[in-house]
Amino acid sequence: MNILYDIMEKILPFSWIEYNFMKNALLAVIIITPLFGILGTMIVNNRMAFFSDALGHSALTGIVLGALLGIADTDISMIIYAVIFAVLLNHIKRKKTLSTDTLISVFSSFSMAMGLVILSKGGNFAKYSSLLVGDILSITAREIGLLCLIFILTILYWFFGFNKLNSVALNISLAKSKNIKSNIVETSFCILMAVIVMLSIKWIGILIINALLTLPAAAGRNISSNMREYHLFSILISIFSGITGLVLSFYLGTATGPTVVIIAASIFFITLILGTLKNR
Amino acid sequence: MSETLLQIENLSVNYGHVTALIDASLEAKKGQIVSIIGSNGAGKTTLIKAILGEIKHSGKIEFTDLKYEKAQDLKIGYVPQHFNIEKNTPVSVYDMFAGYISRTPVFFRKSRKVYDFIKGRLRIFDAQDLIDKRVCDLSGGEMQRVLLAIAVTPIPNLLLLDEPVSGIDKNGMELFYKNIQMLKEKFDLAMIVVSHDFEFVRKYADYVILLDKTILKEGSFEEVSKSEDFQTIFGRDYNEYTL
Repeated sequence: MNILYDIMEKILPFSWIEYNFMKNALLAVIIITPLFGILGTMIVNNRMAFFSDALGHSALTGIVLGALLGIADTDISMIIYAVIFAVLLNHIKRKKTLSTDTLISVFSSFSMAMGLVILSKGGNFAKYSSLLVGDILSITAREIGLLCLIFILTILYWFFGFNKLNSVALNISLAKSKNIKSNIVETSFCILMAVIVMLSIKWIGILIINALLTLPAAAGRNISSNMREYHLFSILISIFSGITGLVLSFYLGTATGPTVVIIAASIFFITLILGTLKNR
Repeated sequence: MSETLLQIENLSVNYGHVTALIDASLEAKKGQIVSIIGSNGAGKTTLIKAILGEIKHSGKIEFTDLKYEKAQDLKIGYVPQHFNIEKNTPVSVYDMFAGYISRTPVFFRKSRKVYDFIKGRLRIFDAQDLIDKRVCDLSGGEMQRVLLAIAVTPIPNLLLLDEPVSGIDKNGMELFYKNIQMLKEKFDLAMIVVSHDFEFVRKYADYVILLDKTILKEGSFEEVSKSEDFQTIFGRDYNEYTL
């Protein structure tokens, strides 16, 4: 880790890089943003933005339940809860008894309210309120390692599963006629999403994690005509917003996450205009 | 005699308390076009989806391959009734096509080999120039040709077409008929076609099934169209409207 710090100090001639917390934050941003850029492409194409939002909201409940059950590492209970939440939600969604947005809204509010009720009862609200906005400046080296691991897993999943995932997103009946196991594809994607959202929620915060997942992909989508362009733009926009947001927030003294979101949203509007001009 | 590929016996489907299909039995033979007609909500799409294994059903759906004298899962080509794709979706025809047939992840790189192969398959339906177009920008007729090319790659034993001419203009329809005829002659496959278009059914279908939750009448188009049930459902003057 120290070697990495030294390298960063050498190649980046800025005053902010002297702080270790900034180095960690930069590393985290460099891992999280491309990850979100990649994941976002299918969240947006699959119209799952609402779903990922609900996942974020389930984080609080997972932590609170873990604390109640006396689990030492509440991160574990949070991840387990989110995975169960995601799989269950996906399962009910498939039954098509309710419209998806209604269903997700019900699940999400119920989960969030449960967490809040339990928290307020115990008087621990302040302890967890940082989870709402997140704080990337407090990330540690070990946690960066964990992010690195999930990053590699995602890349592998994307290389081996992307074609199937895309086929299912395009038309489920057609995918089935080609012998693609749509249930496995959808469920595994939900689980991956749950794990990634949970591992990054502390640094990004419940309130804005969904913006970071969907904005870069939505912006990239405006100006792409195939999957390669879509991924390239989405990843580039994500990384650019992340790094610029981090540095800007350092100088302006603002919260990092929201600063990143503002930049990503600005890029979205620019690409929206560019895309409209291009298609005219 | 031609070989039976698909044998359906006493097929019933329920959606909760709603019965969509009762006790339907039919078979499809190699080189034969079976056409399913009926009003909206008669269970035509349900029947197709049951064959695809997409919905729960009772009764038996058996794919038989007489060569091996045993039932086995055959390759199915399918063209859906609707292919809804949101505007601005960054998926090109190549991306979509390659997704079904190639292991090379389409987000990563365009494989030259796969690209040329897809172009060749699209050429069957005169759709080779569409390969780099976005799927969401295709017209109804173009979309249908691309979907047909996907459905016959790899060459299926059974081709299921669900109202393939909805939303297509006159020229597109003629091209489509030519394609169906060509498929029938060129490939050794059975086709089940859901259609509202009696001109098509009369000209091309070898066997016609009139469906309204259950099979009301079956046989040649001549026979079916003279039946009481047909005239109740479509009216006696159907010719004026459809031909």
